[in-house]
Formats: sequence, C-alpha cells, structure tokens
Amino acid sequence: MFDFKIVTEWLHGALTGIMPEWAAILTESVLVALAVITLYAVFAIILIYMERKVCAFFQCRLGPNRVGKWGLLQVFCDVFKMLTKEIINLRNTDMFLHNLAPFLVVTASMVTFACLPWNRGAQMIDFNVGLFFILAASSVGVVGILLAGWSSNNKYSLIGAMRSGAQIISYELSIGMTMLTMICLTGTMSIQGIVEQQYAEGWNIFRGHIPAVIAFLIYLIAGNAECNRGPFDLPECESELTAGYHTEYSGMHFGYYYLAEYLNLFICAGIATLVFLGGWAPLHIAGLDGFNNVMDFIPGAVWFIGKTFFVVFLLMWMRWTFPRLRIDQILALEWKYLVPISMLNLVLMALLVAFGLHF
Amino acid sequence: MDSHNIMFVILAVIILISSVATVVSKSIIRAATYLLFVLLGTAGLYFLLGYTFLGSVQIMVYAGGIIVLYVFSILLTSGQQEKLNRVYLMKKIAVGMSCIAGLGIFIAMFFKQQFLATALSAPSESDASFLSIEEIGKHMLSTGEGGFLLPFEAVSILLLACIVGGLIIARKR
Repeated sequence: MFDFKIVTEWLHGALTGIMPEWAAILTESVLVALAVITLYAVFAIILIYMERKVCAFFQCRLGPNRVGKWGLLQVFCDVFKMLTKEIINLRNTDMFLHNLAPFLVVTASMVTFACLPWNRGAQMIDFNVGLFFILAASSVGVVGILLAGWSSNNKYSLIGAMRSGAQIISYELSIGMTMLTMICLTGTMSIQGIVEQQYAEGWNIFRGHIPAVIAFLIYLIAGNAECNRGPFDLPECESELTAGYHTEYSGMHFGYYYLAEYLNLFICAGIATLVFLGGWAPLHIAGLDGFNNVMDFIPGAVWFIGKTFFVVFLLMWMRWTFPRLRIDQILALEWKYLVPISMLNLVLMALLVAFGLHF
Repeated sequence: MDSHNIMFVILAVIILISSVATVVSKSIIRAATYLLFVLLGTAGLYFLLGYTFLGSVQIMVYAGGIIVLYVFSILLTSGQQEKLNRVYLMKKIAVGMSCIAGLGIFIAMFFKQQFLATALSAPSESDASFLSIEEIGKHMLSTGEGGFLLPFEAVSILLLACIVGGLIIARKR
C-alpha cells in the first residue's frame, strides 16, 4: 500500500536543507494546522449537504435542488451568508465568556479531528495513548457548551446547556467502556498500531465477533448522543428550547457551533471506523490472495473516508428515523441499559481474549 | 534556543497569566475558565516532556472532569451577579505572607536540585527511558516491588464510598 511517510519525509528533508531544525518543525506544524483547518471546512460542507439530502429522502422530500445542479451550491451560499452576517453583542452578558465559548467547542473538535488516521503514515497526532487522548480531547468541548449556556443570560440557553452537559458526561461513560472493550482486544492504544494490526489480521468487528458487534452498536448509540444529535437532540430541541445553548449566538459564532456539530459527527464516525472497521485498512478476506491484492491498490485514504461516510450514513439514518427522547428517558437509557450492557460486554471480551476465541 | 524551549516559554507564559487571572478575577465562573487554561497549559508541559499518558490524564480528569464539575455546580447554585467576598486588609497581609514564604521555599528547592538543566533537555516519546502505558498498567496491578495494587484498591474503595455517600444524600426519603 502507498505509504504517506514518503511525502512527509521528503518535505522534512527539503525543509531541514534550507533552515534550522526547529524552524523546519515550526513550518511543518503550521502546514499541518492549515491542512487540518482546510479539511475541517471541506468536510463540514460535504456533511451539511449530505445531511440535508439524506434527511429529505427519509422524509420523502427532494431537499435542496435550486442552487446549482442538485442543489450542490446551496451549502456554499449558506456559508457565505453566515460569514457576512453581523455578530450581535448582547447587553448584560459576560462578553468574554460569550465570545470564548464557541472557540473552546471548535478547538476541542479540531484536536480530536487531527487524531484520525487518514492513510498509512498520514497521521498528525500519534501518541502511544492515542485513543485515550481522543477521549480526553473530546471531553473539553462540553466546557464550551456549558459556558455558552451560562453566558447567554437566557433561561432556555441555560436549560439547553445543562441538558447537554448531563447528556454528554453520561454518554462519555459508555463510549469509554466500549473503547476499553476494543483496547482489550487490540492490546494497544496507539492509533497507527490499532490500524496496522487490523491491516494484518482483519477488521476488529470480525476479529472480536459477538462482543465487538455489541460494542459497535453501543458506540453508535452513545456517539449519536455525544454529538447532541437526535433522537438525543433535546439540548437544542426547537419546539421547547428554541435552539438550546446557541440561541443567542449569531453570525460566525453560531457557525462555529454548526461546524463543530457536523464535524463531531464525522469524528464520531471516524473513531468507529478506526476502532471497529479497520481505519485505512482495506477489506481482506483470508485465502483470497488475488482479491486482497486488488484491494491493496485502492489508496488508504479512500478506504478511510468511504467507511467513515458509511458510518455517517448509519448515524443519519438513526437520527431521522427515531423520535426524540425525553431527558429522563435519555438518562435512564444510559445508566440503566447501556452502562450495564457495556460492562458485561467488557467481561465477555476479556474472557474471549483470555481463552483466545477471537480470530 | 530550540523548539522545545520556545514551546516551554509559550506554555509558561500562558500558565502564569491564567493563574494570576484565576486568583484576581472577581467573577467566579471566569475564575473557573482561567483555571481551565492553567490546567491545559500544565497538560501541555507534560506533552512537552514526552509523558503523553500523564498529559492525557490531566486533560481528561482536570479539564474534562473537574472543571466541568465546577462550572456545573456554579450553574446550579448561583445567579448571574454572584461575586466573591470583599477581601479585608488582615486577610490580604496573611495571604501575602504565605505566598512569599511558599515562593521562597519553591525557589530554594529549584536552585538546590538543579532542575533547570534536566528539564530543558526534555526526552521524547521514542527514547529508551520512556515509560510506556503497558509498564504503567503492570506496575499499577502488581503486588511485587514497585507495585501499586494496594493503593490502587484503597482508592477504589474510597471512590465507592463516595458514590454510596452521594447516593444516600441525594436519595428521596
């Protein structure tokens, strides 16, 4: 398979040739940051278009179809509209926190986004505690949401923020549990290590069969809740709270929340792909060497993005199929069903690994 | 001057400014926000030292856990105009004295132990001396030399007691 390290090493060699090493590293960091931000914006646009079309088809509508062919330019128009809108300053609010909150949310989501493995050798952050770092970085965003609700000086925003906080903190638990289950199977937390292992031995969802499938389902449910997307979208449910914690935001500050929501969906799907569906590893079937060789010719980035969009589609399917839950139902689902099931699942996976029953 | 030192200076400035702002700030929720930056900066220092596990724990537990808990409890308890109490002169003097004493001890330790020389040649994750997460886990659950099983279980019982206590306080009667 194509190893992206060739490109990065060539770049590093070229840069160290013309400047001292620290300056080269600084330049590379800036380039990587620019790449992250560009990818972030591009994926946001793709996801928003996809969401509107998928939602429309689930509701037997056509969706955006006027601006450009099949409405393809609709999202670009929306982005320009948002960029030109005025940012309204509210009276009697803490302006500093009000302006800071969207940046906290969007930064947390960008740091998590930078952890995703795009191809062999194409990974920005690769610690040996990679998965744990993803969980840690994504848990900072909730501070931004709480601050947004508080600093808006609005009851509805505050209720939305409290709901969102309660929901995200609870569902983080079962995400952590499912991650632990899969780490139990892989034996490593390094992101590149997990993917390399799946490249050599097959995707984790096949290797870990029963507990892996249960973990995958729990992860999809909890992931949807973590992104504040419906059936768990009551932090921002329009009918009772107008728009929850971002009611008082306008212009690009609202845009950051919008961006972070869609990218969190992508990140959630990306982590599912990384942990369960092999990351950039192509589909290999043991015994069919010709088939495996053909699959290896497809670049890893295509595999990763393709699988991620498949999971995104699953999450959207879930969102537009189920009705919204009440707050007590959400918390009961997490604490009374998902947490016990994922704990049992962890024990099951530990037994499976201890007796060598996985593939 | 290499990139490690530059990053160290940037992080140190962030930590210093945010710590002062945490103490000086009049609004309690702003103080919590500045504290978040202090904790993130500390996590940055751990990453700079190549100890990614501790850095991640710092973000997860402090930034993602403790600060959320602080903000949550501030949201639940106080109104918009909650301000900290006025500080009286006697209190100011006492605080100043203890700060100076603490700073003196800290600086004395700092120069006595020659931390500066070792801290600036920071190791990276690829070094041989680097402690991997497997080793941490094994030490955490081993009973032999360098094992932490007893403290680990003691802390577990403490946490369990806290959960049970919290449930009893919150229970409907």
